Amino acid sequence: MSNETVIHSLPDTASTHDIEPDGHHGHHKESFITKYIFSQDHKMICKQFLITGMIWAIIGGLFSVLFRLQLGYPDQTFPFLEDFLGKWAKGGRIEPEFYYALVTMHGTILVFFVLTQGLSGTFANFLIPLQVGARDMASPFMNMLSYWFFFASSVVLLSSMFIETGPASGGWTSYPPLSALGDASLGSNTGMDLWLIGMALFVVSSLLGGLNYIATILNMRTKGMSMTRVPLTIWAIFFTAILGVLSFPVLLSGFILLLFDRHAGTSFYLSDIYIGSTFKALPNEGGSAILYQHLFWFLGHPEVYIIILPAMGLVSEVMSVNARKPIFGYMAMVGSLFAITVLAFLVWAHHMFVSGLNPFLGSVFVLLTLLIAVPSAIKVFNWLTTLWRGNLRFTPGMLFAIGFVSMFISGGLTGIFLGNSTIDLHLHDTYFVVAHFHIVMGVSAFFGMFAGIYHWFPKMFGRYLNNTMAYIHFWVTLAGAYLIFWPMHYEGLAGMPRRYYDFSPWVSFNNFQGLNRFISIVSIIVFAVQLLFVFNFFYSVFKGRKVKTQNPWGANTLEWTTPINPGHGNWVGEIPEVHRWAYDYGKEGREFVPQTEPVGANEQKH
Amino acid sequence: MATAVPVEQKWWSGGRSPFNVEYGKLMMWYFLMSDAFTFGAFLISYGTIRFSSNGWPDANHVFSSFPVLGSGYPLLFVSLMTFILIMSSVTMVLAVAAGHANDRAGVMKWMVWTIIGGLAFLSCQAWEWTHLYHEGAWWGSNPFTNFDGSKASTNFTNFFFTITGFHGFHVFSGVIINIVMLIMTYNGVFDRRGHYNMIEKAGLYWHFVDLVWVFVFTCFYLF
Ligand code: HEM
Ligand SMILES: [Cu+2]
Repeated sequence: MSNETVIHSLPDTASTHDIEPDGHHGHHKESFITKYIFSQDHKMICKQFLITGMIWAIIGGLFSVLFRLQLGYPDQTFPFLEDFLGKWAKGGRIEPEFYYALVTMHGTILVFFVLTQGLSGTFANFLIPLQVGARDMASPFMNMLSYWFFFASSVVLLSSMFIETGPASGGWTSYPPLSALGDASLGSNTGMDLWLIGMALFVVSSLLGGLNYIATILNMRTKGMSMTRVPLTIWAIFFTAILGVLSFPVLLSGFILLLFDRHAGTSFYLSDIYIGSTFKALPNEGGSAILYQHLFWFLGHPEVYIIILPAMGLVSEVMSVNARKPIFGYMAMVGSLFAITVLAFLVWAHHMFVSGLNPFLGSVFVLLTLLIAVPSAIKVFNWLTTLWRGNLRFTPGMLFAIGFVSMFISGGLTGIFLGNSTIDLHLHDTYFVVAHFHIVMGVSAFFGMFAGIYHWFPKMFGRYLNNTMAYIHFWVTLAGAYLIFWPMHYEGLAGMPRRYYDFSPWVSFNNFQGLNRFISIVSIIVFAVQLLFVFNFFYSVFKGRKVKTQNPWGANTLEWTTPINPGHGNWVGEIPEVHRWAYDYGKEGREFVPQTEPVGANEQKH
Repeated sequence: MATAVPVEQKWWSGGRSPFNVEYGKLMMWYFLMSDAFTFGAFLISYGTIRFSSNGWPDANHVFSSFPVLGSGYPLLFVSLMTFILIMSSVTMVLAVAAGHANDRAGVMKWMVWTIIGGLAFLSCQAWEWTHLYHEGAWWGSNPFTNFDGSKASTNFTNFFFTITGFHGFHVFSGVIINIVMLIMTYNGVFDRRGHYNMIEKAGLYWHFVDLVWVFVFTCFYLF
């Protein structure tokens, strides 16, 4: 199905603007290096983030397939694994140490490298200048540095997978004492150091990026683009950047203390505990492992919103464009983003209900945690009311946006279970939590990202993605995600713990063996479909149908007023002035009214 | 100021900076907030560990030496250090003021003093660290006893070296930044630009580092 049949009518206004095929903006000759590698053009940096993120997503996804093989078929061997992994899969069965390394790397990669920098880096870079009407980021140079720090941190993390003792394997949260003591686990040796260094570089990258996003959004908006006229994507990215700028430094502090505990004999997190592997007590005294948990989750919880807020912004925009209706409750959307940002800093201890936290303090965190459900619900209802009686166009981007809402509701509801400490005592560290956060964060954020990619791909590359492959991608992923994660709720309620290598010794979990196998099979199918998407992506970059109109989706926002393949500087000539908000869809008999159009004399003002 | 702005002037409606500052200064403010969280996390960690410990060494006893004079002067040396750092903030203010007046010689003079102040502070810190090191204090080893004479955990020195070290690293970066600013001023870069905004940004950073010292000083030496 072509996009033209999806979008039944293309308004004429879109093609009346004259389009310059390659709108170079008074720039000098660019060499290959300055154009593709050390580029300072936000659009190229966006693509660098996107492609690096995609590579990471493939690696991280593949890891989950590997450990799902173990979980689904604990009693079988797969000789091909030994060919690939050598000593880590002797006899075709993944070694326990390597299982933990895989789980840890899967979490780290997906949470940080794909859904944080892969997602924010891509869309913040792409959309901020284009949607607020700026030629580039406030500091294109810092922007470039942000990518290269991300690249460096990627290299460090990747290299940790090839060392003798293997990569870090203490979980994506890297709790000490496990992560502090090389004696406690293989992965807590050099792998852990590389993990920490990689993450420190990552924090620098995220800081450089975040400062730029904030400064650009505040300072570089074009004339008329007041803060109440910017698209919701921009608000979402703005709050994301603030969350990152204020929470990552705390993680960095936590990591510095951990490095000292590992190498300088300090006792920040370590005390005189007894280590099973050496049959000795530690010489340390006075440290607190719980301190690390506080420092980690002070970032860790905002981090999950750093992942979901950009997806929310992308979904709001894509949904409004394709419902041909204004987004419902624009100010409520902004207000709820703000409320989420503030509350995100005040709920971290809900990850620590079983850590020995004072139950009274726990009850305070229960209250604050449940409060987050309010702005979350506001957003969900606003999306639903945006869809309500909309003139829906089911483009692939739109489908993923709707899928996002479905996933976010399903996963958000289980958050309310977990937010009650009394229930969480039972559910903590079970598959229920795994189900919760994969649905509400993992899959949702991916759906938001896919919505964004399908929607803005024509702007990024001047070509369309193939729709048939896109629809297969969507439906299989949607069905697959529910089939994988829904059953995990039952396993979790039955008490099946997460992060276990093999459940067969527990008779009580034996009845889940078939279910685990089923989940593993679906994971492999879903992973294969993601590869289909990757194929579609690269195929379409080179061979996709060319975009012929400047504004193929009939959208209001500024990026669609640039040439089809904008050069560095985005607009040929003056940057357009903005006269209205981004959501005048279906207004006074017109399907859409671009932001650049002055408000008519008799027009009702927004 | 507000009266100077015409009524219909719209700060937030795009086409200009809502705070009337260029992006670099905005970034600096946000960076300082971020950095405040880094230090905040360190100091809060210090607080929680300290108050969950059975005892803690007495700062008056630990920090009582002065170069040449020897020991028996509680907190005298750190008072000198603090005074130096605060004075360097004053000279920084004067440099910024000279920048506002586009007075190149003035900027250079006060930047030189600020750099000297920073270097003096770092030298004092180096002396204090070596002195403590020779007394047997380092990461992972603490020769000092608690107030009540009982054996202390090593966390007193662990936190001391980590946090003052992290702060010293900030001062060091600040000195480097200030030297770069001095060279740029000397080369007339800011005169050509017509403003000394960069000096202001360096000033923001420098004052922040001083402010952090006040908290570090309070936590380690006064309590
Ligand atoms: C109604 C809103 C939500 C509530 C009340 C809630 C509550 C909770 C609670 C209490 C936990 C801890 C469970 C445990 O470890 O025992 C948890 C885990 C988690 N939540 Fe949520 N959540 C909500 C929404 C979200 C959203 C929107 C995201 C991400 C976008 C998210 C991501 C996560 C993640 C990643 C974890 C697990 C971290 C780990 O232990 O590895 N949650 N949630
Ligand atoms: Cu949380």
